[in-house]
Amino acid sequence: MIEAQPQNQRAQRAGSWWPRLNRGALTWGRLTLTLHAFLMYLFLYGPILVLVVFSFTRDEFGVRWTGFTLEWYVRMFANDRLMGAAGNTLYVAFVSTVVSTILGTLLALAMERHRFRGRTGVDAVIYLPVVIPEIAMAVSLLAFSSLALEFIRVVTGEVVRRSLVTVIIGHIAFSISFVTIVVRASLKHFDRRLEEAARDLGANSWQTFWRITFPMILPGILGGALLAFTLSLDNFIISLFLSGPGTSLLPVEVYNKVRRAVTPEINAISTLMLAFSITLVVLSQLVQRRR
Amino acid sequence: MHKGYAIELANVVKRFGEVAAVDHVTLQIHDGEFFSLLGPSGCGKTTTLRMIAGFEYPSGGELMIHGRPMATVPPHHRPVNTVFQSYALFPHMTVAQNVAFGLKMKRVPRAELGARVQAALDMVRLAGFAERYPRQMSGGQQQRVALARALVNQPEVLLLDEPLGALDQKLRKEMQLELKSLQHRVGITFIFVTHDQEEALTMSDRIAVMNQGKVLQVGTPTEIYERPTCKFVADFIGETNFIEGKVVEQSDEYATIQTPDGLQLRGYTPRPVNLGEAATLSLRPEKARLVLPSHARPDDAFTMPVHVEMITYIGSDTRITVRLNEGRTLDVWEQNTLSTLDRNAYWQPGEAAVLVCPPANALVLTE
Repeated sequence: MIEAQPQNQRAQRAGSWWPRLNRGALTWGRLTLTLHAFLMYLFLYGPILVLVVFSFTRDEFGVRWTGFTLEWYVRMFANDRLMGAAGNTLYVAFVSTVVSTILGTLLALAMERHRFRGRTGVDAVIYLPVVIPEIAMAVSLLAFSSLALEFIRVVTGEVVRRSLVTVIIGHIAFSISFVTIVVRASLKHFDRRLEEAARDLGANSWQTFWRITFPMILPGILGGALLAFTLSLDNFIISLFLSGPGTSLLPVEVYNKVRRAVTPEINAISTLMLAFSITLVVLSQLVQRRR
Repeated sequence: MHKGYAIELANVVKRFGEVAAVDHVTLQIHDGEFFSLLGPSGCGKTTTLRMIAGFEYPSGGELMIHGRPMATVPPHHRPVNTVFQSYALFPHMTVAQNVAFGLKMKRVPRAELGARVQAALDMVRLAGFAERYPRQMSGGQQQRVALARALVNQPEVLLLDEPLGALDQKLRKEMQLELKSLQHRVGITFIFVTHDQEEALTMSDRIAVMNQGKVLQVGTPTEIYERPTCKFVADFIGETNFIEGKVVEQSDEYATIQTPDGLQLRGYTPRPVNLGEAATLSLRPEKARLVLPSHARPDDAFTMPVHVEMITYIGSDTRITVRLNEGRTLDVWEQNTLSTLDRNAYWQPGEAAVLVCPPANALVLTE
């Protein structure tokens, strides 16, 4: 978690990333192993590379390279529908991440730190949203939201429609589990004696949490938040089911565009989403390394 | 209750479920004393320390710190600080931040805080290390940071939970002496938990030997080593030979036991024994001498004819295993006071000898 890497290991890693073929004889074993590695990376990242490259092509179907252009990025930014959907998506991802990170962290703390009635039951149920098929989750959330909205109508007399709020609630519902899993892992490695040491030095429980426990498990919390954020960002089924009229989200919007025609504009927005996700991962890695 | 005691435990019990980890422990620890809790793992010494620190509350009994009842006061309101076995330094803070933590919690003004942190680091000879992180330091240095972090708060009592356990042998010896002299300088009561009897003997003013949740004996290192009051203490501290038998004679502070094979041995009784009672003679290997059969004088000492079985030369001493006539073996250590290569100066295997021991050097103990 926060343990420093041994210096020599870091030094080794900082060396050449190129396979060290020159050390020792160039055997068939080495050669096929290297080839295998290249093919694996090609399989994993080839499609993404194609996507990025063809977001800059002049070809309007985005399948041939006919020269470099930024036109699709310009068009994308001018597309109000697409930009609106992107804004909605970021908004939903941000709010659901903040809420699910707080709730998930609290749940992880309760599960790791306390013995209470029904703890084993909660333990078994926590992971359900991770393994349950997303479509089942989406249908259940849809049915439940109908019930809840109907209940609100009967009690208050106000007609409430599905909106970004219902999408956010749906995203929180499945994100909490992921956050809890990640935070629990970092709590498992946390040395309780550090908390005892803080108490011993005169800190009360509140001070102990904020000055010792929280900074120590922060990488876990950030990791959980990052996971929740990316899950929310590219969620399709739950977003589709729970969003109301006129509040579309980016993955749904992209799907609608793809159904009509694949244009490099789609490639451009996908490339941007990709860049955004990578930036987030890199940032979180940097934050964790600095500690 | 006596004001002069730094720590006072009266009939303290700690149960974990059905098991009594600490079983009616009563201790008085004087102000300014270096006091050790010594015992094998699982004897309740660490639980006792944790109750003094406040990490565990006693299931029964009373615990006082300088005459104030403290049994259920949370740790952050107790005038004690702890040095943990694994040091428990905060890895996300620098050395200076670690040491300053306790003072910050007490809202010590910034100007004073800096000076006190510096003084504490000077005291443990880590003046130049303030901005380092714990992971950048060696085990011995981390150990000293943990000491500074506790002592900077000027606690009434410092609790040390096997703090030298993770250090290598040489560093351990150094730290033992350093800790001892540190304690003299600061004049704070130290309560030191260890399973290492040599460490306890080296450092302590007084030692409490614990086993199975009970305190068996409290005394100075000399008392504990020379006059153990039970078999466990005699066995746990240092090395000894045990000879089982029955008490056949008893007078003043001495008693004679007879072994099943008829050998009669006399020794000192730290605790009164009864005639006919099963008892054990404890004879430390350095307290007996081997002499040639022609030199034996049977009047003022008990003597046993033996044969030398095995010789182990370890430089300062020679460790000799001797076999008694009926088959039992005993260990005897002889100091090599003469510097010589002459074979005749040393015992040889197979040689006949007489083991001589004044009664005051052997102890007759009951369970």
